[in-house]
Amino acid sequence: MAVTTYILGIAAAIMVIVVVLEMLRRGRFRERHATWWLVAGVIALVVSIFPATLEWAAALVGVQVPTNLVFFVLIAILFFVCLQHGAELTVLEEKTRTLAEHSALHQVRLDALEKAQGIPAQTEVPRADSATENEREASQTRPADGKR
Amino acid sequence: MSNTPGRTLIVMPAFNEEQAVGDVVREVLGAVPFADVLVVNDGSRDGTAAAASAAGAIVATLPFNLGVGGAMRLGFHYAIANEYDNVVQLDSDGQHNPAHVAKLVAGLANADIVIGARFAGEGDYRVTGPRRWAMVLLSSVLSRITSTKLTDTTSGFKAMGPRAVRTFASHYPAEYLGDTIEALVIAARAHLTVTQLPVAMRERAGGVPSQTPFKSALYLGRAFLALSMALLRPVRSYEIETSAH
Repeated sequence: MAVTTYILGIAAAIMVIVVVLEMLRRGRFRERHATWWLVAGVIALVVSIFPATLEWAAALVGVQVPTNLVFFVLIAILFFVCLQHGAELTVLEEKTRTLAEHSALHQVRLDALEKAQGIPAQTEVPRADSATENEREASQTRPADGKR
Repeated sequence: MSNTPGRTLIVMPAFNEEQAVGDVVREVLGAVPFADVLVVNDGSRDGTAAAASAAGAIVATLPFNLGVGGAMRLGFHYAIANEYDNVVQLDSDGQHNPAHVAKLVAGLANADIVIGARFAGEGDYRVTGPRRWAMVLLSSVLSRITSTKLTDTTSGFKAMGPRAVRTFASHYPAEYLGDTIEALVIAARAHLTVTQLPVAMRERAGGVPSQTPFKSALYLGRAFLALSMALLRPVRSYEIETSAH
């Protein structure tokens, strides 16, 4: 293996680790999201410094071409990252939904209070617009579908 | 109010129903004098909220569209917060006849959930093709789960008594078809009793029904998926909690 390739491998692995750590440090990345990337970075660093470990690991699990083991592990890590994002998205959607419910309930209470106080009611309730465009398009058919 | 079994709230999820909702609310208030009407404006782009409010309904506006399940969960929370005993779900497009509300609420004396069923003898509501297969399949499976005979499990016309309201306020599913299929599975697991009463359907006062063969097939698939997921979900404690979260 050429020296430049050796150095390139190490540099790439170090860059991954540095970028992830730096984002963690600046609070741009939360630790539980960074875990998989750090694992990938550390594995990449070990393998690039000691290429023999890759050959040893490939032989251990019976992979003929060591590079294929690299691809396999990388795909596995990407898979878990995607899965984690999906799960997080679900949690966030649920929280948004709960917030929307609370906001609507507060608005009803406010309307009732204003009415009781004789304050002219606010006619237009501001609604979230462009930010939820995609979701709205997707849900356009939802209420009309299941029940009719 | 005196001869009714507790306070009743009629929850009407409304999504862009500007044309229909005003008349429907007025009709409901006229037909069901003992109940209050809450229109959940589910992120509509049109004047749904203003039309419903002008007609005399309480209006809760969601900042974006959450679907029927989300709108109903809001309705249950509102019912709990304002000490309503029963909740009746009614469509805001006028296809449910408000004259049947009293009958459904009266049915709550013997059950926790009363479904207004479209195929149970009254009216001439018909569907064909994959959508029909889906409904037949769902009916037979859900009938077994709830150990009662149900013919129209996807009806959006339902009355729920105090126990059901409390259960659903904390466990109402917000996913696609969750408000019909999974809600019944949850009801069964929370040991709520379910029954159905025949109701006639009317033409929709506004909007267009969505039924193409492709959509129907998709519906069958999603309904089946929703049912499987509902049954496979870990049996949490669906027992009634002391307070809504």
